[in-house]
Amino acid sequence: MWEALQFDFMRNALLAGVLVSISCGIIGSLVVVNRIVFISGGIAHAAFGGIGLAFFLGFSPSLGASLFAVGVAIIMGAVSFKSKHRADTIIGVLWAIGMALGIILIDLTPGYHVDLMSYLFGSILTVPGSDIWIIIILNMVILLTVIIFYKEFIAMSYDEEFAFIVGIPVKPLYFILLGMTALAVVMTIQVVGLILVIALLTIPPYIAEKYTRSLGGMMVLASILGIFFTLGGLWLSYSYDLTSGATIILVAGVGFFIFQAIGLLKGRGGITR
Amino acid sequence: MTVPAIDMNGVWFSYDRTPILEDVTLTLKQGDFLGIIGPNGGGKTTLLKLLLGVLKPDRGTIKILGEAPHDANHRVGYVPQNTDLNITFPISVMEVALMGRLSRSRIGRRYSRKDRSKVEEALKKAGIWEHRHIPIGRLSGGQRQRVFIARALATDPEILFLDEPTASVDPEFEIDLFDFLRELNKQVTIVTITHDVGVISRNVKSVACVNKSLIYHEEGQITAEMIDMAYQCPVDLIAHGIPHRVLPTHTEK
Ligand SMILES: Nc1ncnc2c1ncn2[C@@H]1O[C@H](COP(=O)(O)OP(=O)(O)OP(=O)(O)O)[C@@H](O)[C@H]1O
Ligand SMILES: [Mg+2]
Repeated sequence: MWEALQFDFMRNALLAGVLVSISCGIIGSLVVVNRIVFISGGIAHAAFGGIGLAFFLGFSPSLGASLFAVGVAIIMGAVSFKSKHRADTIIGVLWAIGMALGIILIDLTPGYHVDLMSYLFGSILTVPGSDIWIIIILNMVILLTVIIFYKEFIAMSYDEEFAFIVGIPVKPLYFILLGMTALAVVMTIQVVGLILVIALLTIPPYIAEKYTRSLGGMMVLASILGIFFTLGGLWLSYSYDLTSGATIILVAGVGFFIFQAIGLLKGRGGITR
Repeated sequence: MTVPAIDMNGVWFSYDRTPILEDVTLTLKQGDFLGIIGPNGGGKTTLLKLLLGVLKPDRGTIKILGEAPHDANHRVGYVPQNTDLNITFPISVMEVALMGRLSRSRIGRRYSRKDRSKVEEALKKAGIWEHRHIPIGRLSGGQRQRVFIARALATDPEILFLDEPTASVDPEFEIDLFDFLRELNKQVTIVTITHDVGVISRNVKSVACVNKSLIYHEEGQITAEMIDMAYQCPVDLIAHGIPHRVLPTHTEK
């Protein structure tokens, strides 16, 4: 492992892993407590439409994914406000259409062989240095936004109605959250791929929620757990030559079950909680 | 003449075409203490949400202290009926109560020292101060209700809305709370929903009964008409054992 650090790609991978874990810990906590896990899954998959479009029109796939993800997030947010009871169906539809669109657009792109697997399961070992800078900037944006609006985010997440009554603009805040979720999702796609995004976004916060007494604490602990899972998975995948994204998620999954078991033994309530 | 605390005129409201409130008109002067009774599903909570601007009427107008309901947001306090939402949320009693100090004009700023001392005072009043560091989900239902009452008190409101605030608290705290509310009523207009006819007769200045339509009695009497509308059973059944609570004249003052 250590000798691997002399390679640029490995240093980039570590850096990307740490940074993405931090935004996943922060945004994932908000996603879990606001119960928008399904929306984030929808964003991740629909973003593939943007990747396809980018290849078809010949611009940067990251840019395509970002634009698509943010666009889809806004639509999904609007839908979940308008028709609360059917929101999940519409999100599911957008989820599928986005993916299908991406694949068809790549089919139609002449003479271009796209490594689909790297988008489905991530390619942390090929994150270019320029992307690291983008990830750093996005991380800063997310971190600052959450710090500035921390008490408003807590209020909206815990008791949206009360937050509205005391005059917090919950709707704009909700869309800001969705927008940040979209950005975090796009970053995370690079590390674990779009199929596994949900896992990295939800497993660390889910574990952290049980051991913390505040949303902030949950975010910090989730970020730390995420870093352990990501780096542990990266190390295993490098040592045994396994697909990095899937290895990271399996490590997180093992963590999930270990903490569940500890929780059950301690009587803090397990899956049934 | 000061503006009325509440001014509702010909308000209609329906959820997906099911009419819930029909032609509700109500004027409540500042300093009043209104008790709202009515059967389950009668529309009491809906009425409160209209007054808070959470719901918009299909027809009619609502003014709170002369303003559109949601514009008066910094001047009202609210204790919701349902206090067991988000039980697993990682949040302490203190943080929940601090939410009462949120306001539009101070978005993005930390809670101030004054906010914290207001909340301390409110939590002490609600008898829940020693539990301030406990996660909200670990409290009992009644304890949680006290936290929500503290949160509403911390807002320093001009009108305080309470939706069945004593549904799960012990009788002792119920009495304490209403003693306190009567005291608070010297400065603050209070509107409370309750199923406890006893609470009404002992504490409030005026009564409204809500069951799709609204009957208002300025003198705080629970009339036979109200009981009839609210519970569709003979008056003496409700009044049984508490005859003095359906007195024609109000004993308050
Ligand atoms: N979100 C909603 N969507 C559709 N219908 C609703 C909704 N909330 C309430 N209702 C309906 O509106 C009616 C009035 O409800 P409301 O909560 O105002 O009653 P309530 O008088 O507060 O009753 P309770 O004493 O049980 O608290 C009920 O018949 C209920 O079914
Ligand atoms: Mg109700």
